[in-house]
Amino acid sequence: MHALIVDDSASMRAILKRTLSERGFEVTAAGNGSDALTLMAQLAPHLVLVDWNMPGMNGFELLCEIRRQPRYASVKVVMVTTETNKAEMSHALAAGADEYIMKPFTPDVVYDKLRLAGLPVPHSEAVEYA
Amino acid sequence: MSLPRPEFDYVRRLVHTHAAIVIDPAKAYLVESRLAPLAKEHGCASLEEFLRLLQSRAFGALHREAVAAMANNETWFFRDSTPFTALAEQVIPRLLEARGRDQGLSIWCAACSTGQEPYSIAMLLRERYAPVAACCSILATDLCEAALQRAASGLYRQLEVNRGLPAALLTRYFTREGLYWQVRPEVAALVTFQRLNLAAPWPAIAPVDVLFLRNVLIYFAAETRRQVLTEVRRVLRPDGFLFLGPAETPRDLGDAFQPVEAGNYICYQPR
Repeated sequence: MHALIVDDSASMRAILKRTLSERGFEVTAAGNGSDALTLMAQLAPHLVLVDWNMPGMNGFELLCEIRRQPRYASVKVVMVTTETNKAEMSHALAAGADEYIMKPFTPDVVYDKLRLAGLPVPHSEAVEYA
Repeated sequence: MSLPRPEFDYVRRLVHTHAAIVIDPAKAYLVESRLAPLAKEHGCASLEEFLRLLQSRAFGALHREAVAAMANNETWFFRDSTPFTALAEQVIPRLLEARGRDQGLSIWCAACSTGQEPYSIAMLLRERYAPVAACCSILATDLCEAALQRAASGLYRQLEVNRGLPAALLTRYFTREGLYWQVRPEVAALVTFQRLNLAAPWPAIAPVDVLFLRNVLIYFAAETRRQVLTEVRRVLRPDGFLFLGPAETPRDLGDAFQPVEAGNYICYQPR
């Protein structure tokens, strides 16, 4: 599975890259929306994780651009954002986001959300009982 | 191990006597991690001081808090997902077919912790079975008073609603209350919370169609598992469904239950 991370924060790109790599994703990262669209055309990722607040084309505009293109209809788009306003969240879902991850998050939150988006993310083997 | 053995053994006995939970002898660190915050909360300078306080008193509220703190309260919305898919797509349709669509269903979440499981089922009923949801009831019980209070408040932190809960359901069934998310009244109205110790004699419980008893039996010794499963057999309707955790089976009660396929999930029915 190929994932494209779109975030203007280098540290957030690194966190998400490590999180996804640990579950077997091949990961590419972009720092802005227009680079993301170029990479999408080249790489045909299965999943795009999109930060909401980016300079230039913001995450919502990128989401709309992706959903405008029929060739990306099967690509899962998950918004990753500090934006926790219910109206904004509903807006993103209505515009075609498959899921919505609020910052801060843990790796398990990311994996659960990707499963909710319909992606086959393997579970960890480690189970701790009392 | 920094906790002296006699103190660790005291906690193991306390938890086993009052909740039937078996703590692995190699897991003293669980006592340290789960009781140290409680010790601090009660003004004790150390865990050892807190344990001395417990041992100096007859069993009471403080001991109940300690026992509850030792229980694993980890839970999240739609945990493991497949049981909820099985419930929605297989079990409820079969039960409604058998009962008639004008009859509500009675669902019990035993060991509900902070309430994510019963609220998940309530949302599922609202989403998929809106016409009958209002006739359905969900009983949610737990050993821990503090967990039940949190569950009944219906207030969850952002990290809690971020885990396992589809964003679409979050926007539909929660309202934002400052730093928290509040379960909406139409979901909360389906759930009744009540304290219940599964390992003690059970109060009168009306027959149930569906029983979620997930990730509970693994903490009990074989005799307690048999006792609990005997009670489950008594309260579950003859065509009712028992949902267990992924590492659990009802085999301690011999062949009293039979496995039943529900899509990709195995649940159990009385034989």
